[in-house]
Amino acid sequence: MPEVKKIATRESYGNALVEIGKEKENLVVLDADLAAATKTGIFKKEFPDRHIDCGIAEANMTGIAAGMSTCGYVPFISTFAMFAAGRSFEQVRNSIGYPHLNVKIGATHAGISVGEDGATHQCNEDIALMREIPGMVVINPSDDIEAKAAVRAAYEHNGPVYLRFGRLAVPVINDNTEYKFEIGKGVVLKEGKDVTIFATGLCVCGALEAAEKLKEDGIDAEVVNIHTIKPIDRELVVKSATKTGKVVTAEEHSILGGLGSAVAEVLSEEAPTKMLRIGVQDVFGESGPAKELIAKYGLDGAGIYEKVKGFVK
Amino acid sequence: MTNLDLEKTAACIRKGIVTAVHSAASGHPGGSLSAADIFTYLYFEEMNIDPKNPKMEDRDRLVLSKGHVAPGLYATLAQRGYFPVEDLKSLRHTGSYLQGHPDMKHIPGVDMSSGSLGQGLSVAVGMALAGKMKKKDYRVYAITGDGEIQEGQIWEAAMFAGHRKLDNLVVIVDNNNLQIDGAITDVCSPYPIDKKFEAFGFHVINIDGNNFDEIRAAFKEAGQTKGMPTAIIAKTVKGKGISFMENQAGWHGKAPNDEEYAIAMEELKKAGEALCQK
Repeated sequence: MPEVKKIATRESYGNALVEIGKEKENLVVLDADLAAATKTGIFKKEFPDRHIDCGIAEANMTGIAAGMSTCGYVPFISTFAMFAAGRSFEQVRNSIGYPHLNVKIGATHAGISVGEDGATHQCNEDIALMREIPGMVVINPSDDIEAKAAVRAAYEHNGPVYLRFGRLAVPVINDNTEYKFEIGKGVVLKEGKDVTIFATGLCVCGALEAAEKLKEDGIDAEVVNIHTIKPIDRELVVKSATKTGKVVTAEEHSILGGLGSAVAEVLSEEAPTKMLRIGVQDVFGESGPAKELIAKYGLDGAGIYEKVKGFVK
Repeated sequence: MTNLDLEKTAACIRKGIVTAVHSAASGHPGGSLSAADIFTYLYFEEMNIDPKNPKMEDRDRLVLSKGHVAPGLYATLAQRGYFPVEDLKSLRHTGSYLQGHPDMKHIPGVDMSSGSLGQGLSVAVGMALAGKMKKKDYRVYAITGDGEIQEGQIWEAAMFAGHRKLDNLVVIVDNNNLQIDGAITDVCSPYPIDKKFEAFGFHVINIDGNNFDEIRAAFKEAGQTKGMPTAIIAKTVKGKGISFMENQAGWHGKAPNDEEYAIAMEELKKAGEALCQK
């Protein structure tokens, strides 16, 4: 088997900012002393005048971005998900969300794949928090190609967007000519008839792996990539769930408030379907190499496979 | 405008504040009245604005970081011609565009939605930074409360503004010495306010914030200050202009009843008449 190309989506974020920054002079990037980690350092090198390091003060950075956006800039705030969505939640809600300002939040180091830094830095709650804010778009891309497309779509979208990126290098899975990114449109990656796996972020790759293994057990799983958690693709969720009659969600996020909840909300109203939510249970993460943690918390291909198999039986 | 004209205008704005809060049967008269003279000076003398074109690109901007004194801002904007004075009576009513706290999406002349204390100064800093980056001449004003500066984000913003030498930014601290729970010195003293802003790289001016001579001189000085942002620490009287509200923490967030409203309006009427005889 050929070596699969792996890139962390935070890296895609930095690269996309440079690419769009070349075309759009009103794009500015704000950081809170993490330019090296969020990969916006690449942008800083290329456009030092349009990169603003706010120091370790995320709440202030959020407000500065809001102010700049009222003057015609399109600011991308960059920090870890824990601080972007967690520390600055109320600033995002009141200074960006309520006035519906054109600010983009590039949140890196989301989920347990932060790894060794442990629970204090592993944000498994950000999708839930951001999803609650009226008018906020929430995107959780699955690989390099999708992440870059999402950054561009976020720039072009008029209004606040939360972009969720990871620290860990993940396989490139959307490397095909038909790939097209549209905010709010899920992507059927594999058709199936026995069960639907709605996956997001780094779990999309795991879901595809799981579907391959499930074939050997005679289970034909449909795999749907939900890169946009909000607005969620209601039509596709209902359509696929109605077709297969069984639904599993897979996300590197708490099972409370994230993709699993979003899918359950749609289905309980429109097409009640038996569901299993795979994700971080109601617990904090811990230190360890990212790959080991993903396996330990059952979010890799093997973990998803086991759970889906047990659920379908 | 002469000081006399400014005083007359401020008296009208105070009537607007009391009327709006009375009609809403809730809201924040104390801090609106303490800042009324500063609002008046900013919108009638200092700021480059056009009520007919509220979104004018190169206008000066104001962020009311202490957003709960929205009645003060609204009464000023109405008096300046952004919307009818009559509309002040719809403050906080269901369906009214005059929300309890400033709402930039629906109120002409409001440059930023605010109300959650501590957030507005950062936004003003962002506007000032944008002005510098775009090489624009507009200036940015932020009004904070003296209780509000207990919020840590204020000092994050101050540190950044000082670091970036944003001399197009003026912070006005409405130092009326009272917050909801009592005197700021009893609750959690932010003093010395001037020395704190100085330490953060600001040019600091201490004034009587209910005296137009001093207000005028302070904004002139701020305009001439280069290489650093300015902080105007404006000593004011909470509830200024209404005898029974002055220096009373209890009038921070309480509306006058009908009887109190009548007394307040009578006092303001007399003050206005006295000014007309000057």
